Amino acid sequence: MGVEEKLANMGVVTTTLEEAIGWGRTRAMWPMLFGLACCAIEMMAAQAADYDMSRFGMELMRPSPRQSDLMIVAGRVSRKMAPVLRHLYDQMAEPKWVIAMGDCASSGGLFNNYAVVQGVDEVVPVDIYVSGCPPRPEALIGGIMALHKKVEKLKIKDVIFDGEEE
Amino acid sequence: MTTPYALPEMSLDEVKHLVSQRALDGETVLLNMGPQHPSTHGVLRLLLELDGETIVSCVPDIGFLHTGIEKNMEAKTYLKAETMTDRLDYLNTVGNNFAYCLAVEKMLDIDVPPRAQAIRVILAELQRIASHLVWLGTSSLDVAAMSVFLYCFREREIILDVFELVSGQRMMTTYMRPGGLWRDVPIEFDNAVRNILNTFPQRIDEYEALLTKNPIFLDRTMGIGKISLEEALSWGLSGGSLRGSGSDWDLRKKRPYSGYEQYDFEVPVEQEGDVYARYLVRVHEMRESLKIIKQALDTLPFGPVRSSDRKVVPPPRSEIGESMESLIHHFKLWTEGFSVPKGSVYSAVESPRGELGVFLESDGGTKPYRVHWRTPSFNNLEVLSKLAKGLMIADLVAVIGSVDIVLGDVDR
Repeated sequence: MGVEEKLANMGVVTTTLEEAIGWGRTRAMWPMLFGLACCAIEMMAAQAADYDMSRFGMELMRPSPRQSDLMIVAGRVSRKMAPVLRHLYDQMAEPKWVIAMGDCASSGGLFNNYAVVQGVDEVVPVDIYVSGCPPRPEALIGGIMALHKKVEKLKIKDVIFDGEEE
Repeated sequence: MTTPYALPEMSLDEVKHLVSQRALDGETVLLNMGPQHPSTHGVLRLLLELDGETIVSCVPDIGFLHTGIEKNMEAKTYLKAETMTDRLDYLNTVGNNFAYCLAVEKMLDIDVPPRAQAIRVILAELQRIASHLVWLGTSSLDVAAMSVFLYCFREREIILDVFELVSGQRMMTTYMRPGGLWRDVPIEFDNAVRNILNTFPQRIDEYEALLTKNPIFLDRTMGIGKISLEEALSWGLSGGSLRGSGSDWDLRKKRPYSGYEQYDFEVPVEQEGDVYARYLVRVHEMRESLKIIKQALDTLPFGPVRSSDRKVVPPPRSEIGESMESLIHHFKLWTEGFSVPKGSVYSAVESPRGELGVFLESDGGTKPYRVHWRTPSFNNLEVLSKLAKGLMIADLVAVIGSVDIVLGDVDR
């Protein structure tokens, strides 16, 4: 059909720059190695052999926020930890995304008390919420897939030029 | 986005009392390790004073995972408070339920049927293996043995499948309840556990083949982080960290609970007191746990899994349709809960990390007046400031791994 087929037969694919960048961003999205509580164990399980996040180019957890694209807030955030979490988020390079993993990170969960921040969205902007206490590794991978879909649709100008003030 | 959570400014004056004069004169360097660090096993912050690469002093800063669990438990009925206990030491969820249930049962003075006791033992030992697997995986990852981590998590999934089979949840089971269990185990339970018993000894051999005689692992662990028996006792260590120093203190032997006295098992002890000794103790413990599980499964008695005390344990569904009294009990239990006589009690179990104790005080109502947890990770962590002196930073990472801390357990 038309020009696309002919080009494909010649080994050429046409796409928009935006789609190509969106595709590239989702194929090697490095998460930050940052575990807080119970959910971090399930995050490790999602990394390990059975669930194998390397299928999505995400096996490389970076301990340094400066090299990572995605922050998975895995666990309850205490009031003492919240400034540190914000500091880490500020250190990450644009474009960056946040997944609130589990009930505690999403809404405070079980712990409605003096010590726990009632949802990490009080501290950093959150893209995807994953429910569960703790979520199964499949649920986390589902959340990551949802984030990938979201990232693929992003416009270039929205991400690069609409960053936060330093 | 503006946030009220700005990072507080720190000055040297604030840490003056923690470091030596040399640091204030600028002779040594102060380095902050954590709370976001891959080798601190969670959110532990260490303030290190360094002379070159040698550690002069190490001050742990805890509380980054403080959740207010003890306070929250006071606002819940005894049954609901149990869900909080899972989240304390999240690698030993079944063991936390176990300690809490034993304490409540001691206060109520009710008996648990032998079948429930045996199933509790099986699950607690499975949890001990699962916890040791996470410890082995992460602590060997710290000394750069990556493949062990992948093997350990592969096997951990098999154990979590058993928990899911009996309770519907992988980690936070809340399967043990005061007075027994939530329900009897399904019929597949026996097969699933026997499958683990058959395959697991070879798996442990695999880990040992990767580590026990590996020269790099030996270099990183032997003679590092030594502590003598006297010091270990005076620092209040328990569990594998104490048994690595030559003591055979194990609550399952010394203060048997839930029928542990019926089972024949050894308490592994090593004399060296270094990181390698603690590794050997924990790997050996996994084999002993398998022995206990096998005996408990072979002699698993038939019968009820819940106490017949209707003031504490809800009646089965079949009774509610027939008996007015059961309906009333059911209603009372799910609206206000059971009340516990006035008094206080301390009860302890051997968790994978050491002595896990619960102090429970009741004012006669349906909610605990005070719950305090004596958590092994807290005591084991304190010794870090002593062990770290004179080590290199790379060795400190191995030592943190070997004392086996869970920050949820420390900060609760």
